[in-house]
Amino acid sequence: MSRARLPSGGQIDRARRLEFRFDGRAYTGHPGDTLASALLASGVRLMGRSFKYHRPRGVLTAGSEEPNALVTLRSGARAEPNTRATVAELFDGLEATSQNRWPALGFDAMAVNDWLAPFLTAGFYYKTFMWPASFWERVYEPIIRRAAGLGALSGRDDPDDYDKGFLHADLLVIGAGPAGLSAALTAARAGVRVILADEDFRMGGRLSAEAFALGDQSGADWAAGAVAELADMENVRLMPRTTVIGAFDHGVYGAVERVADHLPIPPEGKPRQTLWRISTSRAILAAGATERPIAFADNDRPGIMLAGAMRAYANRWAVAPGKRVALFVNNDDGLRTARDLAAQGVRVTAVIDPRADAPDPGIDGARHLPGAVVTGSAGRLGLDTIIVRSAQGKEFRIDADALAVSGGWNPNVHLTCHQRGRPVWDDALAAFVPGPDLPAGMTVAGAAAGTFSTHGALHAGHAAAAEALAALGHKAPAPDLPQAEDAPVTLHPFWHVAGKGRAWLDFQNDVTVKDVKLAHQENFRSVEHMKRYTTLGMATDQGKTANVPALAIMAELTGKSIAETGTTIFRPPYTPVALGTFAGRARGRAFKPTRLTPTHQWAEAQGAVFTEAGLWLRAQYFPRPGETHWRESVDREALAVRASVGLCDVSTLGKIDIQGADAAEFVNRVYANGFAKLPVGRVRYGLMLREDGFVMDDGTTARLAEDHFVMTTTTANAVPVFRHLEFARQCLWPGLDVQLISTTDAWAQIAVAGPQSRTLLQRVVDADHDLSNEGFPFMACGAVTVCGGQRARLFRISFSGELAYEVAVPARYGQALMERLMAQGADLGVTPYGVEALNVLRIEKGHATANELNGQTTARDLGLGRMVSDKKDSIGAVLSRREGMMREDGLHLVGLRAVNADSRLAAGSHLLERGAGAVAANDLGWVTSACWSPHLEAPIALAFLKGGARRQGETLRAVNLLSGQDTEVAVVSPHFIDPEGERLRG
Amino acid sequence: MADLTPITPLGGTTLRSETIGALRIAEGDDWALASVAARAGQAQAVGAGLRELTGLDLPGPGGMASAGDWRALWLSPESWLLAAPLAQEPDIADTVKRPVGDGASVTEQTDAWVRFDITAPDDDRLWPLLERLCNIDPACAGPGTATRTVMEHLAAILLREGAGRAAVLGARSSAASLHHALVAAARSVA
Repeated sequence: MSRARLPSGGQIDRARRLEFRFDGRAYTGHPGDTLASALLASGVRLMGRSFKYHRPRGVLTAGSEEPNALVTLRSGARAEPNTRATVAELFDGLEATSQNRWPALGFDAMAVNDWLAPFLTAGFYYKTFMWPASFWERVYEPIIRRAAGLGALSGRDDPDDYDKGFLHADLLVIGAGPAGLSAALTAARAGVRVILADEDFRMGGRLSAEAFALGDQSGADWAAGAVAELADMENVRLMPRTTVIGAFDHGVYGAVERVADHLPIPPEGKPRQTLWRISTSRAILAAGATERPIAFADNDRPGIMLAGAMRAYANRWAVAPGKRVALFVNNDDGLRTARDLAAQGVRVTAVIDPRADAPDPGIDGARHLPGAVVTGSAGRLGLDTIIVRSAQGKEFRIDADALAVSGGWNPNVHLTCHQRGRPVWDDALAAFVPGPDLPAGMTVAGAAAGTFSTHGALHAGHAAAAEALAALGHKAPAPDLPQAEDAPVTLHPFWHVAGKGRAWLDFQNDVTVKDVKLAHQENFRSVEHMKRYTTLGMATDQGKTANVPALAIMAELTGKSIAETGTTIFRPPYTPVALGTFAGRARGRAFKPTRLTPTHQWAEAQGAVFTEAGLWLRAQYFPRPGETHWRESVDREALAVRASVGLCDVSTLGKIDIQGADAAEFVNRVYANGFAKLPVGRVRYGLMLREDGFVMDDGTTARLAEDHFVMTTTTANAVPVFRHLEFARQCLWPGLDVQLISTTDAWAQIAVAGPQSRTLLQRVVDADHDLSNEGFPFMACGAVTVCGGQRARLFRISFSGELAYEVAVPARYGQALMERLMAQGADLGVTPYGVEALNVLRIEKGHATANELNGQTTARDLGLGRMVSDKKDSIGAVLSRREGMMREDGLHLVGLRAVNADSRLAAGSHLLERGAGAVAANDLGWVTSACWSPHLEAPIALAFLKGGARRQGETLRAVNLLSGQDTEVAVVSPHFIDPEGERLRG
Repeated sequence: MADLTPITPLGGTTLRSETIGALRIAEGDDWALASVAARAGQAQAVGAGLRELTGLDLPGPGGMASAGDWRALWLSPESWLLAAPLAQEPDIADTVKRPVGDGASVTEQTDAWVRFDITAPDDDRLWPLLERLCNIDPACAGPGTATRTVMEHLAAILLREGAGRAAVLGARSSAASLHHALVAAARSVA
């Protein structure tokens, strides 16, 4: 039974019980509970062990700023480490385990670190593990990583899905406390599109946690009424369980919606979380404020928590934080905790207030100690005693199993700073408030702006909405707000209690006041240096409770003001986000889209092995029964092309339709070689340079009409070339009348290559088209019909060096055409071939591909220098003539043939003189493409060789240090097959 | 007539169609498509020529117009995509080229695209799907609009056919990836 649950009150559904387990033990809670509130209600205070010293820890807060109560939620593949028990919504069957302890939370052997604390201060890694250097990676780091740290990943694939989406609004309201609700109501009533997002599963913010009234209602009831009104409005999207994690450019906000974290598992097909990108004209940041602790010795004991959190546990979750509760607060807001607890029947034993003039909250039976401080705490695994020093300097002990601490409140300015805005220090509030440089369109309202009273927040929310409405061209309705408390901020800044012992600032990273002092002593005085040296604020809570007290202490040490000391940079995300959420559905095979060729299903049915080419999947080779090695398949395919006829789907090559009155002039300017005089019905090989004179791409371009060209690009460069052409069209030569559109996907294009290709095509192309060498010579192109009237395009071009064609039909007919060609060519031995054989064929022919066109090669390097016409201007022509690119000893494309046919030759090998050491200074070039040539029965390669044009006949070595190959190669012409080109003209 | 049997963009012999909750996602391949880009100074003449052919006025940015069997959607400045039933226009580029002549560049686009028709009972149940797919503001994409966008890293055009009805045009070669994204999003919101 609940030991600490108050008999009544709270926003929990007492009619229903939820079973859950923590470290294997069964507990119960109610709907409306968080894991933290349910554990506290069950009398569990110890929830974790600290990062470095393995100190016992309980909850410090009741919200997303929690640094201490980190647990692993769920189990198996769904286990999620380092989740905050304070925001984990309880569900039936929830499983949680504590972290960073061995063998058990109650007895942790690694707590020995706590005794070693004098050696583990800030910067201890840098000082301690200096020698020997080689030990760092193999010995020290693994030990440190094992000893320190929090939860561990399951190491298994996350079985759940994560969505991404886009939302649009006129106004985004961040935070559904009094300011946010007031703003949302005002804007929604004016009719604009409003998104109201809050990280909590219950909207209301502090209204859910405080006891005071709004008008004649409780704060929580007023909030529920406001939410109900908003929920009924069509122009409002309520997003509970949604954290706005960042403010980005142009009114874009990132938000994580926890769609199913409160369910045992997400429903089938439904996401666990959704990452939203919200585009909004205006935003109101009503993110509230975070309470800050006061540091004193041993202030991290379970049972010590922030005063506002203690109030929230009592009011919202009906949990008594202890049987004898003391308070240590420096502000009037903290005194509310004493009143609320007393009103709930919880015994308050002492109110310790460092202010000499502290008002007495007047709690029966509680000692009021103005001018006093808490100097220490005691208790095994949890608080049982506090040590107090009175205004008179007398030290004594007070029995207390819970201590509420408040050092004031820090406005949650984080999102105001995501575009490098800096908050400004407000002396009256003793807090940083939003600075003047807000993200465009953002207004800050309520506690986030330093307006802490409920009355102030309600009215500020209304005013912010009115301002946003005015900017949107709408008029705000008159405010309709309840009476609410309007207490001023009464606070005396007080950051830490001087004295012996370790006083914690950053609970999650185990950073103490002493560590900050050490950083100062060792001259790490800038806040950014202090942060990195001590690791303060670098844990998953990003120092939400730690940063300001640490800045204050650094300011004290340096003698500067806090304003001068400044803050570190606030960066998104506001709270930790699982990487899976950022990945969304882009994981595994869905990481990127896949493009399939028109004959993909057919190739699959033939048993093809596929390879990736950019986004494309292409058939790599088509193994036949009995073939045990890919090379057997590839050799067979390549030989079949040279001996008879082969078929290859080449639809992946980019196809750009270029039309217009000035189409010829345009093509002539983008290619280095001449195209103006290309006759209609002919194809030409084109070489395209970048502006800097290096080769960009190559391909064939066909002239289908006077004003109509179809340009082919390499598969990899289809998009870059299209972009390049659009740039040229729109920006370089807007006066040219030319229009471009990609038709890559529109056509299925099949290469029909080999001496029997004409014979095969004549069986498929309708008889009224003359395919004879005279009627359709090498480099001819034109519209034809196939298979009884199907519109098609035929190109007589060859990548393999054989008599060859490419035939294109609308993509939907590609598979049928492939099947028809296979059937009609059966007696000819027609053979489908993949990109591997294609590669062998083109290396044998000395044709360049992306391996050679790597962005660093010139036309001259490729042996195509004469193609860069000097009779016209074209992109890159002038810069290709730079002196450095014309060097005699520059790289030239050469062929290589292994001297010993049994040796191996790999792309990436570097070329060296015989006898030269394998060092960079002796490098003569490198192998770009290599294969076994089944035709020559030897390993051959294409390579770039210094001064290669003059080195034919020499013998060099191709050295690959990675695979230990050192192969003697003869430098030969890159045209291994039919250098005169008789075959392809036959 | 040619005796080649076509396959669908998803590589099947029949068109795919899924009903997921209140949403229906159906593969379509029955539109003939041609792009029309007006040549320099010819936009008006092209508009007039095409009005004669199709009975519609070419739409402005983000717009879609339809008349009879024809529809036109805006692609880029002075450039449109024209659609008509494929059975009626097996060589749509030729049909479209005739009235515009040298005034426009016309390119067959029929098989460059895959179309998925999305049907929901109303817009309120359509947008939860669309907002998981593309960064389009519903306020700017009511019936009669054609918005170029990105879905699943892929260029796409969202056509609003009517209340609760949309069509997505995407590149044919990546039809399977686009379909996967549509179906996954539909399951997520169904």
